[in-house]
Amino acid sequence: MILDVDLETLPREDLEALQLRRLKALVARVYENVPFYRKSFDEKGLKPEDIQTLADVKLLPFTTKQDLRDHYPFGMFAVSRENIVRIHSSSGTTGKATVVGYTRRDIRNWGRLMGRCLAAAGLTSQDLLHNAYGYGLFTGGLGAHYGAEELGATVIPVSGGGTRRQAMLLRDFGATAICCTPSYCLHLAEVAQEMGIDFKSLPLRVGVFGAEPWSDSMRKEMESKLGIMALDIYGLSEIMGPGVAIECAKAQNGLHIMEDHFLVEIIDPQTGENLPAGEIGELVITTLTKEAIPLLRYRTRDLTSLNPAPCRCGRTFARMKRVQGRSDDMLIIRGVNVFPQQIESIILETEGLSPHYQLIVTRENNLDNLEVQVEVDESLFSDAIKNLQRLESKVQKNIKEFLGVTARVKLVEPRSIQRSEGKAKRIVDMRNQQA
Amino acid sequence: MKVDQLSIFLENRAGRLAEVTRLLSEAKVNIRALSLADTSDFGILRLIVSDFDKAREVLKQNGFTVGRTSVVAVEVDDTPGGLHRILEMLRDSKVNVEYMYAFVQQSGSNAIIIFRFDRTDQAIEILHQNKIPIVPGEKLYNL
Repeated sequence: MILDVDLETLPREDLEALQLRRLKALVARVYENVPFYRKSFDEKGLKPEDIQTLADVKLLPFTTKQDLRDHYPFGMFAVSRENIVRIHSSSGTTGKATVVGYTRRDIRNWGRLMGRCLAAAGLTSQDLLHNAYGYGLFTGGLGAHYGAEELGATVIPVSGGGTRRQAMLLRDFGATAICCTPSYCLHLAEVAQEMGIDFKSLPLRVGVFGAEPWSDSMRKEMESKLGIMALDIYGLSEIMGPGVAIECAKAQNGLHIMEDHFLVEIIDPQTGENLPAGEIGELVITTLTKEAIPLLRYRTRDLTSLNPAPCRCGRTFARMKRVQGRSDDMLIIRGVNVFPQQIESIILETEGLSPHYQLIVTRENNLDNLEVQVEVDESLFSDAIKNLQRLESKVQKNIKEFLGVTARVKLVEPRSIQRSEGKAKRIVDMRNQQA
Repeated sequence: MKVDQLSIFLENRAGRLAEVTRLLSEAKVNIRALSLADTSDFGILRLIVSDFDKAREVLKQNGFTVGRTSVVAVEVDDTPGGLHRILEMLRDSKVNVEYMYAFVQQSGSNAIIIFRFDRTDQAIEILHQNKIPIVPGEKLYNL
């Protein structure tokens, strides 16, 4: 089902005309209201009127996550705070968290776009949605929630955690659709199995999975194991939250980007040059309609390619491939974004630890595990085991508190972590080998 | 009065302990007493050796993290109740025993127990007051 038929099936030239109108209005608005953009325009000698065609988007400056961090918390907002009805944030120590805001209209648009995504996944007002995305500062839970309400579906706002209870609710409430990370769904299915609940016998029909990368082979495995259709959804809080792009149930071949609200480009992450359709590069997004925190050419660091060919579902929105990887160091652990630099600052701030550390990521029983190895050094070495253990648990506690992930912290011998000439190899991600 | 104990950080990996004993044997250092304390991730090997400085040097050169800890070697009557009497007098003065282990050699007919106290000087004082014999380091290393 296509929720906004007229818009989602707009002929390309009408879509592009709409995008251009919105782009021009956007550029004028941010120049007027966002000091950061005004400054970068003035530095380049650029004026809003210079944007005459869609191709002129290349003239605009990029925006990076660092720019958002530099203006923490509300420095990138384009409206005054009374007009902001919601704040969301990604994890991070003070000064490192990314904060976003929404006006009433932003929230309405978000709900509508997420509604479109769920409709593309085959949901209707008849569905009962088990929403296991985390509610709170993360955009996942509330994002999916408002989208489901837009459709008129029945939402169960389960949020994260309490897996046994979740399995029970799936059985007792008879949810027909589920939203969560793909690895959590597999974990949930295992726990349910232990409780004597067979996923295949549940009325569960479809899962809309996101917040972490997952392969096509993972999808096939999930579909056969769980007896549901498994679809990929894409989003990021800087741009809006979930609902930026969705895999349609009809074709299951690429994620349709909500192009009437987002202007997308693919660039070479090293050079910044635009790449043609079909080539893999970094996804760059310009938010055409956001009011509270509009962004120009935001570098997502997600690697993908674009396919503008028409889809048999009828939508004319271009499709992006499943995210292939990151152009930076960011890790996703159980759906939570973690930058090694964040762990590094926690380690460095903990008295007595050496700066030599490594992150080992594995997947066991479908759940991600993060182990932080830190080298012992003389000054830190205490003869009393309890002191060393205290150090380990202090780091673990800080990581949990600031980043929202549970990491195992392990002290290792000096020089056991590989040194390197240039950039230290901070991350050993074993999940790739485990397919 | 105090004894220098060598503490070594060991990862729970195969061969680490053997590496320590190999290095000490090659340096001709004799281990007089030892205790190995463990957690799931790592262990701390505590040694009383015949030549502290040599042992520390050779281990450090080979990448081990080592520390020096002051412990007390106490002569304990080698009969039932011998240890209990000592612990009682320490308890009454609120000195805490962090860990302890036995020394292989005897001193005359007494057993020797190595103690790590939270307040070493106070512990030594109390033991003196109660006329409990203490074996000083210099004597212990080559007993």
